Amino acid sequence: MRKVYKLDGDICANCAAKIQAKIEDLPGVNKVSVNAMTYKFTLDAEDATFSDSLKKSLKYFEDIEPDCEVLV
Amino acid sequence: MARGLTKKQKKTRNRILVALAIFFALEVAEVGFEAFDALPNGLWFEFAAFLVPYLIAGYDVLKKAWHGIVHHQPFDENLLMSIATIGAFALVFFPEAEPHMAEGAAVMLFYQVGELFESYAVGKTRRSIADMMDIAPDYANVMHDGELVEVDPSEVAVGSEIVVKPGERVPLDGVVISGMSQLDTSALTGESVPQVVEEGVTVVSGCVNMTGLITVRTSKPYGESTVQRILELVENASEKKARTENFITRFARYYTPIVVILALVIAIISPLFFGSTWSASVKSALVFLVVSCPCALVISVPLSFFAGIGAASRVGILVKGSSYLETLGAADTIAFDKTGTLTKGTFNVVAVHADEEIDPDLLLSYAAYAEAFSYHPIALSVRESYSGVIDQSKIDHVEERSGQGVYATVDSHQVLVGNDKLMLAEDVPYHDCEIVGTILHVALDGKYIGHIVIADVVKEDAAQAISDLHAAGIKKTVMLTGDKREVADAVAKRIGIDEVRAQLLPQGKVSCVEDLLAEEREGGKLAFVGDGINDAPVLMRADIGIAMGAMGSDAAIEAADIVLMDDKPGNIALAMRIARKTMRIVWQNIVFAIGVKIVIMILALPFIGIATMWLAVFGDVGVAIIAILNSMRCLRVPK
Repeated sequence: MRKVYKLDGDICANCAAKIQAKIEDLPGVNKVSVNAMTYKFTLDAEDATFSDSLKKSLKYFEDIEPDCEVLV
Repeated sequence: MARGLTKKQKKTRNRILVALAIFFALEVAEVGFEAFDALPNGLWFEFAAFLVPYLIAGYDVLKKAWHGIVHHQPFDENLLMSIATIGAFALVFFPEAEPHMAEGAAVMLFYQVGELFESYAVGKTRRSIADMMDIAPDYANVMHDGELVEVDPSEVAVGSEIVVKPGERVPLDGVVISGMSQLDTSALTGESVPQVVEEGVTVVSGCVNMTGLITVRTSKPYGESTVQRILELVENASEKKARTENFITRFARYYTPIVVILALVIAIISPLFFGSTWSASVKSALVFLVVSCPCALVISVPLSFFAGIGAASRVGILVKGSSYLETLGAADTIAFDKTGTLTKGTFNVVAVHADEEIDPDLLLSYAAYAEAFSYHPIALSVRESYSGVIDQSKIDHVEERSGQGVYATVDSHQVLVGNDKLMLAEDVPYHDCEIVGTILHVALDGKYIGHIVIADVVKEDAAQAISDLHAAGIKKTVMLTGDKREVADAVAKRIGIDEVRAQLLPQGKVSCVEDLLAEEREGGKLAFVGDGINDAPVLMRADIGIAMGAMGSDAAIEAADIVLMDDKPGNIALAMRIARKTMRIVWQNIVFAIGVKIVIMILALPFIGIATMWLAVFGDVGVAIIAILNSMRCLRVPK
């Protein structure tokens, strides 16, 4: 399943890259992009574990860039 | 600058203003009236007083730095700023050191001002790109129970009939089934001449209907329509990162910890081994920390690419990723497919050579009459160039001679129109032409009266495009074609192509491109330009594949790295200039930012010690702002 979420709040390209790298390493995640230019977070993960992947991803957002909120 | 600030930015701005006011009041009290010196324990009063504006301006930075440490994400700019400013305040504990409270507060203040500017500039750039991409239609008019209803374009099924009124955007790709109008395609192609549409003409979504009401039968669902594909392409473009961009990300990852360690080394080692004072070495360590922030680079480099891609999309050049912009910027050889790329791919009469006493128009009219019933492309082009009306009653007895031409009786004259084989078969003496192309000989009552030359027409701006490319720094242009050598050479000579590979089979083009790749000089890249029809493998094989005239062609958009919506060769040179300009700005920023930072670090070394905290703040946010403003130049399309 592939879903696109909007981001709210400032995020620098550096943090975006960090978050993206972290999420990429999660099991069940096929493809992910955190786009600091278009303010979009695209998550492509296995259907069965999608909600889990999303939850973990949001945690990374919270840890690395608390100013940036993912509009789920 | 008040306009265009988000709520959050306004809040930060107000906070900074309050902190600034307090700060200046304290400065005046300290410097002007030496108020603190008069007090007992004045230094500690001063310390406490300057903490107020410091905390008002920077509490969120401190909070985020703490957050980073707690969540094992240290080494971000918040932490660096926190250490540096806390350090400045802490100098009060070194008895021999000059106190730096004012400086600590000021650094935080100006860091925040800089951050605000940065956030504003980035937001502005992003918005202007978003405005450029504002081509998505909001609704489609669908006939429902005899009434026009506005519905979401994504809900319209393929094959539905939709009505597009003047002033509205075409919401979905389709074919006009009734009505006539002119479409403004400039948002998609950058082309300002409107497209005339009538029944049977294909229209693409994103164009604006200008004059008349048209009814369109949709041919694609919203998700696959042109406008949606373009938007997706440009939005995802930043995923295929340029090498420079990845380099910066990697650089930032190592650079910050290295500078932090260096700062520690300076603070501890240099007083122990090189005899500098503790306060001087701590001060230089703090300067190191402040300038070490890589944000000038990590923000401005991707921003430049994003702006460059945005600017390109504005003129109908879709770049699928910043890495392609980078590669195109490094290209020094461009290979072109001939037909459909440099030439129009349609046959046209380019010359009518009548023998003496014959009127060229008469010659053309005989040929047009003789070819009146043929559907051969050559016959079509002859009829097209004949301006008169063909009176079919004047024609009797038409005989097609396969592979040779046609024999007809026109106005009770015997007319032969065909190639040299026909002339030989009919025993008519003929002569060849100095122009290269398909020669159509014409004989009237057994006597040769001249010939018509038919050729693929070179696009108007092809020659200009080639010379522009050379001017932009392309060293070699190559034309690949399946056509005969003479035809290819003639075209190449006319438009100034350096090298021709003719009579190639489709797979021959791939091996040609491979040859060219093998010849490549150090660092030079090879671009291939095709029309996307049956040259997909070549587009993929070249370092960078550019497809032309892609309005509506899926295969081309799929295979190419850069897609030109229009089929004008001039856009290749334009794409090249945009790529070069973007890369120039990217490198300017990299060299400028790293250069300034290194200079400040050298000046800050304990035994030099010229650099102040002020300079350090400039080295951080000042440099970042300059780099961002420089990046914004990528938004303008070079002429």
